[in-house]
Amino acid sequence: MNVVFNGETTQLNTPNLREFIVAKGAKEPFAVAVNGEFVPRSQCADTELKVGDRIDLLSPIQGG
Amino acid sequence: MRENTPLTIYGETFSNRLLIGSALYPSPKIMQQSIVAAGSQIVTVSLRRQNSVAAGEDFWQLIKDTGLTVLPNTAGCHSVKEVVTLAKMCREVFATDWIKLELIGDEYNLQPDPIALLEATEILLNDGFKVLPYCTDDLVLCQRLATLGCEVLMPWGAPIGTGKGLLNPYNLTTIRERLPDMTLIVDAGLGLPSHACQALEMGYDAVLLNSAIAGAGCPVLMATAFSHAVSAGRAAYVAQAMPEKEVAVPSTPTMGMPFWHQ
Repeated sequence: MNVVFNGETTQLNTPNLREFIVAKGAKEPFAVAVNGEFVPRSQCADTELKVGDRIDLLSPIQGG
Repeated sequence: MRENTPLTIYGETFSNRLLIGSALYPSPKIMQQSIVAAGSQIVTVSLRRQNSVAAGEDFWQLIKDTGLTVLPNTAGCHSVKEVVTLAKMCREVFATDWIKLELIGDEYNLQPDPIALLEATEILLNDGFKVLPYCTDDLVLCQRLATLGCEVLMPWGAPIGTGKGLLNPYNLTTIRERLPDMTLIVDAGLGLPSHACQALEMGYDAVLLNSAIAGAGCPVLMATAFSHAVSAGRAAYVAQAMPEKEVAVPSTPTMGMPFWHQ
């Protein structure tokens, strides 16, 4: 029951996306994508994760 | 003399014409001081995975404290899908529909992919984004981007981070002449304040740079130098340069010259 979180394989401890990112310690500000598709924050609580999904949690960094 | 209209980006006006990046500075403090020295009103930022998901918090607070307008970029994207996804994530995090659209087509010189750029630009404009595409200095590409509805274009001066300046002034001048109402910003490749001055003298509305300041021996002083250069270039454009001539014309009056043609 694994997924890939920010490029690293990790156990899927809950199928709910919102619960998953909270369990990962996500703090504002951030945005989420699953399998390369943006998931608006308003939809995270209604998004179910599957085994093998790729979850990306992005935060602001410096940019040119 | 030309009219000195303000820099306009999708209906918003700015008095400063130096857009500045937030990367590569020796320290966050020097970044802040450099931004202040440049007098910039617009700063570029990005999104990445964080090793610690809280790591972005401090940087974002620093940027928010500047009070500047934020321009998120899609640096590092290589496909339409990547760039569209990252743009949407930027819109949510930074609460802006502005996006500096970077879609790399060649890893060696980080040249934008013009074909994919058109496709991505159309998708994002239709989704309500205000797209600022980073593009090559190709007139037809710029015309196509304008036709799609872009109100700002950002042709490169030279490949990102090279500091080579305006490699093809003819192309850049042609784009300026053929798209007279478009907001044009030279983005990338500048190394010296004279490069920025040259772009503004050509009639470009602004420049966007990062490495030239952040990579200088003293970024804060270089930011000041770029600020002066941009002001000088704009003033020269508004003032209109004298016509260039092929032969010498004396500036000192010849009337009353002693020993004349003896």
